[in-house]
Amino acid sequence: MREVWTQLEPHLASVEKPARYIGLELGAQRPDHAPHLVSWLLTYPDTYEVGLPNQGLQILYEILNERDDAVAERSYAPWTDLEQVLRRERIPLFSVDTHRAAGDFDVLAFNLSAELTYTNLLNCIDLAGVPVRAAERRPEHPLVAAGGHCTYNPEPLADFLDFVVLGDGEEVVSEITTVLADWKAEGRTEGSREGVLRALSHVEGVYVPSMYEVDYDGPFIREIRPRYPDVPERVEKRTIADLAAWPYPRNQLVPLTEVVHDRLNVEVFRGCTRGCRFCQAGMITRPVRERPADQVRTMVEQGLRRTGYDEVALTSLSSADFSGIEGVVRDIVDRPAKDPTSCGQISVSLPSLRVDAFTVGIAGQIQKARRTGLTFAPEAGTWRMRQVINKLIREEDLYGAVTSAFSQGWRRVKLYFLTGLPTETDVDTLGILDLARNCVEIGREHHRNPTVKASVGGFVPKPFTPFQWFGQNTVEELRRKVNLLRDGARGTRSLQLTWHDPRATLAEGLASRGDRRLGPVIEQVWRRGGTFQEWSEHFNLDLWTEAMADVGLDIEWYVYRHRHEDEILPWDHLSAGLHKDFLWQDFRDALAEVGLPDCRWTPCYDCGACTGYSIEHVVASAVPPAGGSQGTGQDLVRGNEVPVTLLPRKLIGAGS
Amino acid sequence: MTLPQPRLRARFSKAGKVRFVSHRDVARIWERALRRVGVPIAYTEGFSPRPKLSFGLALSTAHESLGEYLDISLRDDAAAGVDLEQLPTLLTEALPVGMEVQAVVPLEPGSLSLQQAVTSCTWQIELEGTSVTAAAGAVESALSADELVITRTRKGQDAVDDVRPGIVGLRVVGPAPGDGAVLEAELATQPRGLRPAELVRALDPGLHARRVVRIHQWTQIGGARQEVIAIPPPAATLTRTQQARAS
Repeated sequence: MREVWTQLEPHLASVEKPARYIGLELGAQRPDHAPHLVSWLLTYPDTYEVGLPNQGLQILYEILNERDDAVAERSYAPWTDLEQVLRRERIPLFSVDTHRAAGDFDVLAFNLSAELTYTNLLNCIDLAGVPVRAAERRPEHPLVAAGGHCTYNPEPLADFLDFVVLGDGEEVVSEITTVLADWKAEGRTEGSREGVLRALSHVEGVYVPSMYEVDYDGPFIREIRPRYPDVPERVEKRTIADLAAWPYPRNQLVPLTEVVHDRLNVEVFRGCTRGCRFCQAGMITRPVRERPADQVRTMVEQGLRRTGYDEVALTSLSSADFSGIEGVVRDIVDRPAKDPTSCGQISVSLPSLRVDAFTVGIAGQIQKARRTGLTFAPEAGTWRMRQVINKLIREEDLYGAVTSAFSQGWRRVKLYFLTGLPTETDVDTLGILDLARNCVEIGREHHRNPTVKASVGGFVPKPFTPFQWFGQNTVEELRRKVNLLRDGARGTRSLQLTWHDPRATLAEGLASRGDRRLGPVIEQVWRRGGTFQEWSEHFNLDLWTEAMADVGLDIEWYVYRHRHEDEILPWDHLSAGLHKDFLWQDFRDALAEVGLPDCRWTPCYDCGACTGYSIEHVVASAVPPAGGSQGTGQDLVRGNEVPVTLLPRKLIGAGS
Repeated sequence: MTLPQPRLRARFSKAGKVRFVSHRDVARIWERALRRVGVPIAYTEGFSPRPKLSFGLALSTAHESLGEYLDISLRDDAAAGVDLEQLPTLLTEALPVGMEVQAVVPLEPGSLSLQQAVTSCTWQIELEGTSVTAAAGAVESALSADELVITRTRKGQDAVDDVRPGIVGLRVVGPAPGDGAVLEAELATQPRGLRPAELVRALDPGLHARRVVRIHQWTQIGGARQEVIAIPPPAATLTRTQQARAS
């Protein structure tokens, strides 16, 4: 075994933020390795600051270390200055827990949360001293695996990954460990990689790219088929039925240096059925599985005591939708009064606030101090556009929320929007400015200098969403829209406009819906130094366009083209439970501006996510909470008494 | 008129891997450790209440120390319940490996702040690529010089300074492990402090410090030099630091 600390230590004083590389966090483990134990190196292919808080990685870290047949450590992408040192001094990528060489682990398992980290994944494999191409690996090399949201289309990485996990990792990680323990016991002999991968392909939720053959018909895919009869034709995602059975992380890591989301995080539910059509997370994580409120209270209470944090985030895709959110929040905020030894006020944050005054009311309750800014995501500028994307927020909802925020002392409001959506016209794009300007007006009624920040991102269609067939806007078209907005925003004091670089949107689009032929492109971008593409100072579109040209692939075909209904998509042999015809119908409904209700409060429309796996929503309340329209486009003032039904299309249209 | 809040002063070490944590991060680590132990810290008033902690002279990232200091203001209503005897052990358990709390004492009302009180620090500096003889020569000529001029950055601008007055004491202690020599230097912190790295540069720009440990922080009490909080050996020896290094 190679321990790299003694080699690494003399160089740490000369790199930026060396605390990223030392481990020692509260909650960090120093597992004892042994030949019979399957060793996992859980790696986040971006910086420590971005990767450490990742809850998925922390959950698996604990589950694996609790097992008696596995050990797990962590690694993060070294920043460019340390990478230079590692390459110059021939120091391999290492775990931060015991500073063990990455190549000494049995599995290098990556969390893939963003497409633009793909080149970092290759860089980490290479720094580990492992061949980047799966086909070139030998018995002594670790297996390279990936999990996380991006793995619903892992095809662009098919050349580099030995296996991929779809969906929730809590259960499957143990099943994989069992398979790998057998492989280790048999001595990882010459030629045994093929055998262990084939065995892994039998585990539900595990996809082994090399077990599938893809045939092409010109640029189109003709067929994707398993190489062997025992390999499943379609790989289904894994879903844990009950979040209450998995109160993880139990010992959240508390870093020694500042990271993003530096607070206690407690996941209150997983999955979302709001049905926003652009949102991949909301589609692939169905159904809704709430954690029991009492378990949330316990996890918050114990977590705060253990970590010393003074902030807790109740995380999910839309935390205000948690049944009984008000009660839970009140208990947390009232905690200092009950506990004489506690120090200071605890602040609670709800990422992804819903857009209505009710939600701001909760926010007001929990942020007695530090009322700096509130963020809402109306996503589109007109009611028509919001019907297309099924984000059924009325203008009244937004203005109610903003009025409530400014009147309760907040001075800054941030609004998130997408541009480049299906059927979007300049009226819709410019509608963003109308909404933002009206929010500025509301702000002026309450403050001399309110700030409204509108943040506009270019829309990237994602696999397993109704918009998976939609052709992404070109860089030029997104630029034109951004310029429209920029020109229009000039002269409105208090309105700040920020936008995502349309060039980065293009690169993201390439990787998002690409197929296996994209592997050489990603490899070339990496070989020419294109790491940390998520970071604007490192992003370089030329590397991507040159690589596409060199490999002979057409950007227009991969990104800008609308797909056909009957076309085989690169991820058609994978499944998030959603029926393809449901997604297609939802796409048609989108184009017809027809909304779809949230099925946690209304009858099932059979998207496939529950029925296919014999699971159900786990929600404590079968009716929506009160106030605003709750994203249904209806007036739900009475809430709690009215199960939501979506109004017929004509009436919805009249609401704008 | 409000009475000054009761305050505590803590002495702690920082050694081994944790020396790569910055001064600012150390402050955040302390805030969480104090909350975990349940020390009733006083908070600032206003929109964004912050715990009232005041740290002494910043220790550069990657330097180690046997004696760092921190003043903690307590809530009046709860200060009496704090068990000073237990506190060092509890805090050490709540801090990362390599940070050990050696003593916590009540602070007299009206005491000078750490920044004001500390006038010099003693450092142990491991030089590499030199011999004891060569290092002794450099020390000798530095001490006999009337002035030692280096260029250093001050508020973003280069300034040419004579750093000789900042050297209170300087000697070669012996050889360093491998090749090299160990210096012990007492460097002034007021009016303008002299950093160990600046001293090494002033001795010989070709020298490189491999390891730097702050071993004392001195105050002047009635004309006599005195450690801020003196603790009995062996806590104040390098052995413990080396133990932490090994972890």
